[in-house]
Amino acid sequence: MTAPADVRAPALSPNDDTEGKKVTTPAVPARLRAHRKVDPTYYWMIIPVLVLFALFSTVPAVIGGFFSFTNYAGYGDWKMVGLRNFQNIFTDPEILASYAFTFFFAIVATVAVNVVALLLALGLNSRIKWKTGIRGIYFIPMVLSGLIIAYVFNYLFSNTVPTIAESLGITPLATSILANEQWAWAAIVFVTVWQAAPGATIIYLAGLQSISPDVTEAASLDGAGAWRQVRSISLPLIAGYVVINIILGFKGYLGTYEIIVALTGGGPGTATQSVAMRIFSGFAGGDYSYQMANAIIFFIITLIISLLQLQVLRRREVSL
Amino acid sequence: MTTALTDLRPELHGPEQLDGTLQTKIRRTRREGFKVNWWMTALMLVASLTIMVPLYFTISMALKSPEQAASGTGFAWPADPQWQNFSQAFVLTNYPAAFMSTAFITVLSVLGALAASSMVAYAIVRNWDRKFFRLSYIYLLSAMFVPFPVVILPLIKQTAMFGLDNPLGVAFIHIVGGISFNSLLFIAFLRSVPIELEEAARLDGASTWQTFRKVIFPLLAPLSATVGIFAFLGSWNDFLLPQMLIADPALQTLPVVQQLFQGQFNTNYSLAFASYLMALAPTLLVYLFAQRWIMSGVMRGAVK
Repeated sequence: MTAPADVRAPALSPNDDTEGKKVTTPAVPARLRAHRKVDPTYYWMIIPVLVLFALFSTVPAVIGGFFSFTNYAGYGDWKMVGLRNFQNIFTDPEILASYAFTFFFAIVATVAVNVVALLLALGLNSRIKWKTGIRGIYFIPMVLSGLIIAYVFNYLFSNTVPTIAESLGITPLATSILANEQWAWAAIVFVTVWQAAPGATIIYLAGLQSISPDVTEAASLDGAGAWRQVRSISLPLIAGYVVINIILGFKGYLGTYEIIVALTGGGPGTATQSVAMRIFSGFAGGDYSYQMANAIIFFIITLIISLLQLQVLRRREVSL
Repeated sequence: MTTALTDLRPELHGPEQLDGTLQTKIRRTRREGFKVNWWMTALMLVASLTIMVPLYFTISMALKSPEQAASGTGFAWPADPQWQNFSQAFVLTNYPAAFMSTAFITVLSVLGALAASSMVAYAIVRNWDRKFFRLSYIYLLSAMFVPFPVVILPLIKQTAMFGLDNPLGVAFIHIVGGISFNSLLFIAFLRSVPIELEEAARLDGASTWQTFRKVIFPLLAPLSATVGIFAFLGSWNDFLLPQMLIADPALQTLPVVQQLFQGQFNTNYSLAFASYLMALAPTLLVYLFAQRWIMSGVMRGAVK
């Protein structure tokens, strides 16, 4: 639900509106249009969906927003407390730490996923043998549950890697990285890359395939080597796809949840607790209104990021 | 990883475009006889071990005896394959119940996503000159700016109040959550469909509903495949929503069940991995058998 948030951006541009009109106009001459009666079937097609949408998306958001100004624990009585929840959040070291971790993680994951995906796309787009089969292998993670994959890696990180490290005499790796307060995030990034890189790779592959073979042909006739072709042709021509991937990815990684649940559960201590995890704890912890206030702050931050990204998209004239 | 998957669906352009470039490419390859880059092939094969090794590991662990699983690195092939691990995990986690629950949610989510978003898109595109439909469009779009964590707490309360704290409720929220994005895809596609196609049907006396059903919906098929694949993967693998919404553990989905049974798997790793493997198997098998079809659907979503 969070994820697709950015994609509609280009559709909001004025061009789209005119495009829509262009298509519709020939259907009904302007003179008649004003008096045209809309077939009730169209209303039947859209109104039930709009009602459900309002009921399960807008209503909860508004109710939640309201309760962020109360001291509601999730049950029992409550009263208005004004902005107190918000004030407390800004001085709550645990919440601030979760924001710091979440943004740090999202930035690192975005960079790592895109570097890996770009390399994969270049490799898969080169003149390799058994192209379809090899691609087929690399895209397997896309269909697998992130939670279960993270459980598998949990075992690898906490049992297999330490056992191997011990037998090789590499003491720093002999204890589980997941129990290491300083480095547990790296394991989460690793599994995130494993799971998310194929998706980003597909977008890069689409970009690479849109490059006309004539361009690369001309370059190789001019004596450009493989590396030179990548640097001077492929990368500049797919810059737009990099922007798309970064925008789509970053937003998604801000809400990372299941991989952390299965790897560290937010630990050791609270070292890898994300904002989403803190908000979801609102019921169990009995601080519903407090976490709602947290959610509202999270919403405002992501909204600002979305608007900034929209600007970038507009300026680069990237269309999705 | 619902998010990563649903993220990958930029605006769709005609499928012909992709097929076109692919065909030229194939022709070109044959004519010019590109030389295979063996170094790169070898490199990509070696790198693909990062995908294959964890999968091999899962399979080999699932077949070990608990004693063998508890010793060594876990990479050794099981000395004496223990097939009964699967039947044990099957009974312990009540696999059939979890499978049916997951399948129920997935089927409803996919059908609902296709029906709801294609109808909304059709109504909006054909009535773009009407304020009501334009406002509906903007409303659906703006709602996508609200991240999921913001609505989840009130949503849990609300679904419980409506008696929807069950798989049906989860399917419902999956559909509602995907409507904005999926309608957007359908709207972009429908705008390129010439109205003349429908006018013939209209002249023959077809109603709006019949036109949609008989003319428009079949035209949307390639895009429906893309939307359907993402809806399928997204709801089958979803962890967050069922975990948060479904109150009765007996109705939980496959991923959530893996988490619920962590305590009982505890040190019996072979049992845990047998359970993981059975939970991963359905989508993995679908992928193996429908790989071409899935890949082309996914690529269609990514191609611009």
